[in-house]
Amino acid sequence: MSEKHVGRPLLRKEDPRLLRGDGRYLDDLGRHALAAAFVRSPVAHARITDIDVGDALDVEGLVAIYTHEDLPGRIAEPLPLLIPHPDLTHARTPYCLADGEVNHVGEAVVMVVATDRYLAEDAAERIQVTYQELPPVVGIDQARAAERLVHDEIPGNVAARSVQENGKGDAHEAIAAAPHRLTLDLAIERSASMPMEGKGVLAHWDADDRTLRVHTSTQTSTSVRLAVAAKLGLPPDRVEVIAPDVGGGFGVKIVHPWPEEILVPWAAMTLGRDVKWVEDRREHFISSAHERGQQQRIEVGFDGSGRLHGLSVEIWHDNGAYVPYGIIVPIVTSTQLLGPYKVGAYRVEFTSLYTNTVIVTPYRGAGRPQGVFAMERTMDAIAEHLGLDRLAVREANLIRPEEMPYDQGLVFQDGRPLIYDSGDYPTMMRMIRDLVGWDGFEAERAAAAAEGRRIGIGVAAYVEGTGMGPYEGAHVKVETTGEIVVSTGITTQGQGHYTTLAQIAADALGVGVGDVTVVTGDTRRFKYAVGTFASRAIVTSGNAVAVAAGKVAEKAKRIAAAALGGGVRAEELELADGVVRHRDDPARSIELRTVAVLSNPLRYAFDEAAKAATQFAAAVTAGDEPGLEATGYYMPERSTFAAGAHGVVVETDPETADIKILRYCVVHDCGVVVNPRIVEGQVHGGVAQGIGGALYERIVYDDAGQLVNASYMDFLIPFATEVPHIQTAHMVTASGVNPLGLKGAGEAGVIPTSAAVASAIEDAERDRAVVVRRMPISPSELYELRKGRVHV
Amino acid sequence: MKPPPVVYHGPDTLEEAVRLMAEHGAEAKVLAGGQSLVPLLNMRLTAPARLVDVNRLDDLAYVHSDRHGVRVGALARHADLEHATHAFETIPLLRQAVRTVAHPTIRNRGTTVGSLVHADPCGEMPAVLALLDGEVVLRSERDGERTVPARDFFVGPMESACREDEIAVEAFFPRPAGRTGSDWRELSRRNGDYALCGVGTLVRVDDAGAVSAAKAAYIAMGPVPQVVDLTAAAADGDWSAAADHAAEQLDPEDDIHASAEYRRQLARVLTARSLRAAYEAVAP
Repeated sequence: MSEKHVGRPLLRKEDPRLLRGDGRYLDDLGRHALAAAFVRSPVAHARITDIDVGDALDVEGLVAIYTHEDLPGRIAEPLPLLIPHPDLTHARTPYCLADGEVNHVGEAVVMVVATDRYLAEDAAERIQVTYQELPPVVGIDQARAAERLVHDEIPGNVAARSVQENGKGDAHEAIAAAPHRLTLDLAIERSASMPMEGKGVLAHWDADDRTLRVHTSTQTSTSVRLAVAAKLGLPPDRVEVIAPDVGGGFGVKIVHPWPEEILVPWAAMTLGRDVKWVEDRREHFISSAHERGQQQRIEVGFDGSGRLHGLSVEIWHDNGAYVPYGIIVPIVTSTQLLGPYKVGAYRVEFTSLYTNTVIVTPYRGAGRPQGVFAMERTMDAIAEHLGLDRLAVREANLIRPEEMPYDQGLVFQDGRPLIYDSGDYPTMMRMIRDLVGWDGFEAERAAAAAEGRRIGIGVAAYVEGTGMGPYEGAHVKVETTGEIVVSTGITTQGQGHYTTLAQIAADALGVGVGDVTVVTGDTRRFKYAVGTFASRAIVTSGNAVAVAAGKVAEKAKRIAAAALGGGVRAEELELADGVVRHRDDPARSIELRTVAVLSNPLRYAFDEAAKAATQFAAAVTAGDEPGLEATGYYMPERSTFAAGAHGVVVETDPETADIKILRYCVVHDCGVVVNPRIVEGQVHGGVAQGIGGALYERIVYDDAGQLVNASYMDFLIPFATEVPHIQTAHMVTASGVNPLGLKGAGEAGVIPTSAAVASAIEDAERDRAVVVRRMPISPSELYELRKGRVHV
Repeated sequence: MKPPPVVYHGPDTLEEAVRLMAEHGAEAKVLAGGQSLVPLLNMRLTAPARLVDVNRLDDLAYVHSDRHGVRVGALARHADLEHATHAFETIPLLRQAVRTVAHPTIRNRGTTVGSLVHADPCGEMPAVLALLDGEVVLRSERDGERTVPARDFFVGPMESACREDEIAVEAFFPRPAGRTGSDWRELSRRNGDYALCGVGTLVRVDDAGAVSAAKAAYIAMGPVPQVVDLTAAAADGDWSAAADHAAEQLDPEDDIHASAEYRRQLARVLTARSLRAAYEAVAP
């Protein structure tokens, strides 16, 4: 057999094209399309009393102006609630264009279409909207106080209240009965996905064919297709949705349909012209989605060895003005908070609250960073309380490998039981202990102190449910040229799917990765898919590719056996080096591309290759369909659980309180690794975003609900200069759920970073008794903490 | 994020540019490096009716040094100043400071004179000009050339003494007298960001190594560059005491990145470190 591709650190096939500037992003398309721009609310909460477009009408190049009044049928109705939940009792979703009321700065009020974007913005600037302002609800404190309401008819600003218990007894009783008890109040602030490329939509209506083609920078083209078809009243078969090259998603582009994904196609149909909208950075800040903002109260009961007896967590989650994506984020926080630990009796209650701010939907990590922050801060507080080593307290609570599969007794975000399929957490913690240099750290600390330097160490661990359903599929075809085309419905935003999925297909078909072309996110090529999010693509689509490629291999053997003749049976054949050959007599072989020719019995010999497949020559097995191709699906029974631990060493300046990361270490287990180089890159990217969340990124609203740092000048995403070298170590506990043994790796790196950095800062500052209860933290805030002031 | 309509002028000579400003100055902006103006245009935070693009005035793309100091023409980029070895040898502070202006790509386009006229209280080069007691040469059709000293040039945040009909054509940075050491340092959230606090210092010593003059200039600590004379406070080489004295003169404000009190603390810490470094550069 040829060497396997899965497991090898191959270079990414997509990089030469992207690095040479040959990528085709949304704004590279539709050069001659009309351009849309939007008038967006400048106030956080108001009734719209008048919209006067008069001054805009004489802008040269203006094509159309639309307000909510102009929208027909279902387009005028609120956008769908994508993920309903029984506890989501008071759901509100936005309109495509505001219907008389705005609930956050940035909400779309008027759509303008002009011959180019400059003119569209000129016209938009001249449209006068009169707002009767209402008091805004900004921040979790105001939402909880409920002295003001975001939506008049929703009491207490509460969208959802949800309680889960793990069936191991009453948590409050267990805490009360425990030898030791602690209470912690924590907070995580708002951040956002912030892909380099914002959203964007281009629509083309073919009136002759009555077909709508939509290009959109999305994480789910198949679901956008169904949503657009439903809103526009078109048969799904008449709608094609394509994700071109996408410059990052990180969660914000799984939300759909965005207002613009409905309005731009509708305008294209109405006007009979191509229409394009490309989101600018300010629009992305004020009208896409944010995440993270939570307050938490934790009560924990434990014994003298630090072992948890009971844990009760109350979460107040800021869901922004609307909940089109449901309450996935707080559900994930509630369930993934437990990490690799057994916590005794567990009760978690979350309250999801409306505020007059941008909607909150999953951003890489999707509620996990908050949960891990809660759990790991608790572990550190227990260690501090008992005077025990922080790692020892964690190790005392770990789930043991022999306890796998381990049922946490909760319901996960996919509605399935939260059962960890595999993992070896004690080994993982031993590895991070060694990698970060935990045991030798006191000597390191003393050496630094001798130079007047202050350093600290922290560790945090997590478990991440990945690869959830309902399904993904793939179509694999061997062309008569020998090229393998893999079409899958998932989209790709930089994860390296063109390489990793090719590795899986290449192994199944005995070809090189260079022979495989992967197509993603194009509903013309593959219609049935869910999307790329929740660290699921490689697990679901990867297994589907293996299924489809396996079917193709079987078919190739059948056809080859007939073609080779001489009594050769299909089960004696193997695929390797681009041929189908006899396992014991490799000389008896036939090229895979010839098998592809033979798979399609032809009447007409239009070229030399076709001649071999004409009805007088072909060797097709009766009963087979023509074409060397197959479709395969993978439907996971439930999620598969990856895990990891991060260790970090920081230095804090005694005078300036500047915080510097000296060392960052990652132990990472995502099951069988398809491509270690790509997984490592994913981890690095995640850690970079995690460092952003720990030390830099903070969406700031003022009391009036204005987003005051809506630019890359004041919303601080770490540069390469702020991200340290990252040491990674892989471990492999194969998934017990899927045939390839894969677990997802997309979100991993970001999850425990805030928790680990908080722990390290607190450790560096222990002489000053600084307690970190909120992230991110800036040098200014660390300085204030040193002065004994509370971080608020 | 597209700018509103604007009439573009691309004069080939300074005379033509000056004439355009005489005619249209009230509704025109000079476009040089565009590193501040273009984002403001794109965000529609400013909407001049006309732009006078001086990028064809190649004669103004100079950095000249002599024993009196360094002259920087209106079209010299920050990067030109940064890489001009003669300028560094004449006044080391220029390179020490200009290399902390944003990022290399911004320094490749942004002009030093443009940043002076922009008069951002967080900008490095206004503080350097103020610390060195430099001056800006302005040209208009009405008055011809006039020279404005730094202390009169920076009027307020984003406000300089450059009139609507004037073009700033040159900045002059005088060489510090005698045996003078310099230092520039700042602390920013990320590398290349606007500083939370930045300080430049000059320390002059006599042959015995005693401090004969010392002063510091600050960015992000007030509406205009703040210059504090520390000759008396630093006379005995107690840098911390001098830094405390300096910090008392400053009145920073809170913003989303740092509290005023933290900024004052930074001023204290960075001043002490900077004075020491400036002193050690020339101490016998």
